[in-house]
Amino acid sequence: MADLSTSFLGISSPNPFWLASAPPTDKEYNVQRAFEQGWGGVVWKTLGEDPPVVNVNGPRYGAIWGPDRRLLGLNNIELITDRALDTNLEEIARVKRNWPDRALIVSLMVPCEEAPWQKILGLVEQTGADGVELNFGCPHGMSERGMGSAVGQVPEYIEMVARWCKQHSRLPVIVKLTPNITDIRYPARAAKEGGADAVSLINTVSSIMSIDLDNFAPTPTIDGKGSHGGMCGPAVKPIALNMVAEIARDAATADMPISGIGGITTWRDAAEFIALGCGNVQVCTAAMTYGFKVVKEMISGLADWMDEKGYATIEDFRGKAVPNVTDWQYLNLNYVTKARIDQDKCISCGRCHIACEDTSHQAITSMVEGRRHFEVIDEECVGCNLCVNVCPVEDCITMERISGFDPRTGKPIPDEYDNWTRHPNNPASAEKKQHAPEPVTMPDAAE
Amino acid sequence: MTAMTDPAGVDVRAGRLSAEVLATGFSDLHPAFEPHEAFVEADRCYFCYDAPCMQACPTGIDIPLFIREIQAGNPIGAAKTILSANILGGMCARVCPTETLCEEVCVREVAEGKPVQIGLLQRHATDALMATGNHPFRRAAPTGRRIAVVGAGPAGLSCAHRLAMLGHDVTIFDAREKPGGLNEYGIAAYKATEDFAQREVEFLLKIGGIAIETGKALGRDVHLADLRRDYDAVFLGLGLAGVNALGAEGETAGGSHDAVAWIADLRQTAELSQLPVGRRVVVIGGGMTAIDAAVQSKALGAEEVTIAYRRGREAMNASPYEQEVAATRGVHLRFNLQPKRILAENGHVTGIEMERTRSDGGTLVLTGETVTLEADQVFKAIGQSFVAEGTDHEGEGIALERGRMKVDAACRTSLDGVWAGGDCIAGGEDLTVVAVEDGKIAAMDIHAALTAADRVAAE
Repeated sequence: MADLSTSFLGISSPNPFWLASAPPTDKEYNVQRAFEQGWGGVVWKTLGEDPPVVNVNGPRYGAIWGPDRRLLGLNNIELITDRALDTNLEEIARVKRNWPDRALIVSLMVPCEEAPWQKILGLVEQTGADGVELNFGCPHGMSERGMGSAVGQVPEYIEMVARWCKQHSRLPVIVKLTPNITDIRYPARAAKEGGADAVSLINTVSSIMSIDLDNFAPTPTIDGKGSHGGMCGPAVKPIALNMVAEIARDAATADMPISGIGGITTWRDAAEFIALGCGNVQVCTAAMTYGFKVVKEMISGLADWMDEKGYATIEDFRGKAVPNVTDWQYLNLNYVTKARIDQDKCISCGRCHIACEDTSHQAITSMVEGRRHFEVIDEECVGCNLCVNVCPVEDCITMERISGFDPRTGKPIPDEYDNWTRHPNNPASAEKKQHAPEPVTMPDAAE
Repeated sequence: MTAMTDPAGVDVRAGRLSAEVLATGFSDLHPAFEPHEAFVEADRCYFCYDAPCMQACPTGIDIPLFIREIQAGNPIGAAKTILSANILGGMCARVCPTETLCEEVCVREVAEGKPVQIGLLQRHATDALMATGNHPFRRAAPTGRRIAVVGAGPAGLSCAHRLAMLGHDVTIFDAREKPGGLNEYGIAAYKATEDFAQREVEFLLKIGGIAIETGKALGRDVHLADLRRDYDAVFLGLGLAGVNALGAEGETAGGSHDAVAWIADLRQTAELSQLPVGRRVVVIGGGMTAIDAAVQSKALGAEEVTIAYRRGREAMNASPYEQEVAATRGVHLRFNLQPKRILAENGHVTGIEMERTRSDGGTLVLTGETVTLEADQVFKAIGQSFVAEGTDHEGEGIALERGRMKVDAACRTSLDGVWAGGDCIAGGEDLTVVAVEDGKIAAMDIHAALTAADRVAAE
């Protein structure tokens, strides 16, 4: 069987599945139960200075659901731990003693001054914990006090705090990033500049889950009012994957370890993050939805897939997708596809037709020789994939690469790779300019 | 009827079952969806383009739209979508043979043999609206036109409602004590529980502008000539008043019943524990009436219930689904048996002698071999017929086609100013939903005719 163990910043873990800093990791009781189910590590819920914060006493969570109440997105307005610092430190020490083979990271958030950071780092070191994670991501409540995402949104602060932490502690430092920012590469670079050992991302996405139309207030509603929270869960995974990829392929941070977070629900999600370079993953919503046992599916699923593919260790496939993430301008314009409908699988719902007819390229029939029949008109099909996405039957519509001649353009399809950088319609492509192959390092769009 | 047990072993009596068992047998055939079930089921709908279900619905309900409205948490809007095409959408949701209409062509049926449960979703929406007590439509400004509708069944009610909505005043005449037609007197009790037929009529009448006169039979209490004279248009939704006779010896013996009349009695019996039923029941026929008589006999406590049909299973008018309902409720289906003679002792049925048949290239051939089924009751469900009485004294009478009234695509009869629809017209499928559509088509045509007449008068 595949070896799932990881060594992230030298912190060993029997598998890449850690519980993210969140309610499930707030207490010894919970963490004990998590380890019993097989979680490889936990990031203890964020510690702060005493006196502890207080939470609201009304509802903290909101959600969006699929039709059968499948939870797709979870939103929270909970703050960092509301328990006394000593209590947490004592429990952390005991848990680490009882579970020496598991990773135990402690999440931290104190005011943006050197002394409090220095102080709390010293306390954490005494617990025997394996590392710290700096919570620069929390988008609600704490950010109003100049902490959490208020730090994560200012690269200079990130760099400054990371530097303090490296100066005042021997522990590995992970900087947890907020997605509530326009370009994730800047905070990641700042973390690296400050000497951080790794980044973890994403934290929650600022969100209002819904408006109660009877009370005209955001949900969850507390005495008639609501404030924005942070959303996580399956709905945020695409956002997280993109941000992870941005950092993984940015020359400035390409070698920095990443702990992937964001909507990881099954082994497959985890494998995708690892393929984008993550050394491990952190999970919260899946556990909060289904309980800690979900890790068993993640472990068996990942191991079985690795066995099937012949990957002996996590490192064997880690980062394999990174080279294939590129900029639009380098995509091959001579890669021409047409939709193909498998008539044996087609159930004649007509969704491909109406999507194409109403909103796209009028490239799918609805009637052929007087009968209901859906077929691609190659002369109109631009190969956009919308029909594939709206078709309710898996693999019924597929995209097939064609060669030789494109019936839509009436022109031959060159065999060789070509891209926008030298397309005649590109104002920036000077005649004299040599055809630019995809560069090994990405140009920085901001520069 | 009184209970009787005699030396010949005839056993017909009431109260065979405990109240609980009786209630279970007559409870809703398909219990309504809980709201969450409706959400989940609604989500199975693919919102097909040019949806096959919609094409298959005789009333053309926009099924994908109403299901999407349910899915979006708007069952009232869904009900309006349904009722704007079919004002008896509540009853149709209960009685439509969806397995041969919308659900048969659902792409999910094609794909996985499990159609979206359109009937139950339709019921969910229409129940939600009816529970509000509100009527979703408003009448147009009064036109001053008056229309007579004969027959308060699905066709007549549908026609009346549409006409009222368009601003006309409608009077409905019906021979029975209660309006509803087959919805009230014919549909199996377990398909329209809790007095649904009457509740639906009440709901429908809230549109206003409709008066119902019950106990008024055409040709007896009201006459077509008078209606034509006194009203601007007449719609006939007469149904099928006649029942086919068996033509077998012994048909008049006690315990030999016309299934249609027996079901009507059952539907009007408040205390089903008081309704006698035979220990052994044989139902003759192969259609829905046969199934309904058999299943309800069983539900009343008959021990042995047999449907005997003269042709093979494939020729049965009752759908495979209905046959399954009967079979799972313990009804024995037997085929290729043609009644020869009803056996009786002391004037009461004791059994029925049947002759085996076989199909010879589509022709039914008697084999000469006979089978005797013991029975305490025999129900005849071998078809109904149109009774032209009341329509045949007007000029040359209303033209018929294969025994029923002939109409054009707009439901116009051969008689000027007289429209007809439902089971009484030729070419129908004897379905509630088709009758509703006929009534609607006729109403629209009556409206068009009256509006055109107004225009001519104005010019």
